[in-house]
Amino acid sequence: MTLKRTPLYSAHQKLGGRLVEFGGWEMPVQYASIMDEHLAVRAAAGIFDISHMGEVWVTGAEAANFLNATLTNNAAKLGPGQAQYSLLCNERGGVVDDLYLYCVGKETFLLIINASRIEADMEWLCARHAAFAKRDAVLMNNVSAEYGAVAVQGPRVAEFIDQCFTGSGTIKVTCPTQLQKNEVDIFSFADRDVFVARTGYTGEDGFEIVTPADTIEAAWNRLLEIGQPFGIKPAGLGARDTLRTEACLPLYGHELDENTTPIEAGVGFFVALDKGEFIGRAVLAEQKANGVARKCVAFKMTDKSAPPRPHYPIWSVGPDAKKIGEAASGTQSPSLGIGIGLGYVPTEFAQPETPIEIEIRGRRSPAVVVRKPIYKKKT
Amino acid sequence: MSTQIPADLKYAKSHEWSRITADTAIVGITDHAQHELTDIVFVELPAVGRVVKAGEACAVVESVKTASDIYAPLSGEVVEVNKAVTDNPALVNTDSYAAGWFFKLKLAAPTESALLLSPDQYRQQIGG
Repeated sequence: MTLKRTPLYSAHQKLGGRLVEFGGWEMPVQYASIMDEHLAVRAAAGIFDISHMGEVWVTGAEAANFLNATLTNNAAKLGPGQAQYSLLCNERGGVVDDLYLYCVGKETFLLIINASRIEADMEWLCARHAAFAKRDAVLMNNVSAEYGAVAVQGPRVAEFIDQCFTGSGTIKVTCPTQLQKNEVDIFSFADRDVFVARTGYTGEDGFEIVTPADTIEAAWNRLLEIGQPFGIKPAGLGARDTLRTEACLPLYGHELDENTTPIEAGVGFFVALDKGEFIGRAVLAEQKANGVARKCVAFKMTDKSAPPRPHYPIWSVGPDAKKIGEAASGTQSPSLGIGIGLGYVPTEFAQPETPIEIEIRGRRSPAVVVRKPIYKKKT
Repeated sequence: MSTQIPADLKYAKSHEWSRITADTAIVGITDHAQHELTDIVFVELPAVGRVVKAGEACAVVESVKTASDIYAPLSGEVVEVNKAVTDNPALVNTDSYAAGWFFKLKLAAPTESALLLSPDQYRQQIGG
């Protein structure tokens, strides 16, 4: 299979990015050092290519109602200029994808979906659309190939991002730094309309910028240029993964899949049971009321040990120690200097401070369940 | 970017170097290998006294992203390991041919060293 390339492919090559396969895409895992890129995002700024992510327009008089019948969060709460994290579930409450929903007009929504899930999402969305009574008043358009995107993340980003855009936003704010968390506006860049949202996947302040594909390299270069005095670094998927793991943000295929519900994954906050019927609601309502048998927990290694990795077995401790689950994600935490991870365990082991053990190459090392997030940004 | 390949060492295809003196060899990983692995955060070394065969996986290095096996380039008994490198794995990145050494072998068959690569052969292998 030929790997897909984003419009920033040659920019990554110029920067010496180490390109690897990720979900069918050839993406930079790092430029010089995952550690340095991670720490740059925690202390200053980093820029990530997220052009592989998918974009789907959902528009029309019934768009909000269709989204509300299809996604878990309450799209009716969004006005133009607002965005929300949401999930696309199947009838069993299993997660087809997790996504961001931008509301850019009363009848105009943009879904930002995972690269590896574009086909699965479109198949499911089209099936739901076909089953939706007022489908004639909802248009769906997968425009993933027409857009590029970057995430600019870190505590110093707000000091330079406004220089990237000259005019006012067309929805409500005059500059990106006026956006509150989870707000989005449309700005002009290189005479094109671009979406700027105050969102991210690192646990830091930051912005995600979606532009037409032919404009993303100019935006990438401009952001690197204006961020340079503030210590911006290009950052790869390696740092993106360690940052999101510290922030305990789920990654599809690790913490989320079609046999796992948002309640089990710990993202039940984004399931709005009070909005009326939606796909998966019955199962999710039952789980919210009665609890779940297993939960996604965060853990830290307590001794100096090798870092945990995905699929490493999780054990209980004590005389009747047994295997109770496995790590979904695991890495060395560049911020904390210890091994950290996320994994599923029976609910009785999900309380913070519960001692557990992680099996690493046949030997068990002590760890402890901790409150999420593992790393919280400095305020 | 030029990778360092000291002239006085022998090399394994799997990127370990050996400093051979009579019937002992000090073993580590090459500059090229540490560069490919990137930030090394954990090193697991074999127990002193363990007898290893050439080509046997006997140590592990972990970068932020992945775990990689390290192979014994020669057969013998592990007689010493570098505690400094388990305490400070970054030594493998900063000083892979000296302070970042892994373990010392008492060689079972010193003639095996003829099967290792010369610096020039190793340079060819990595396309350096």
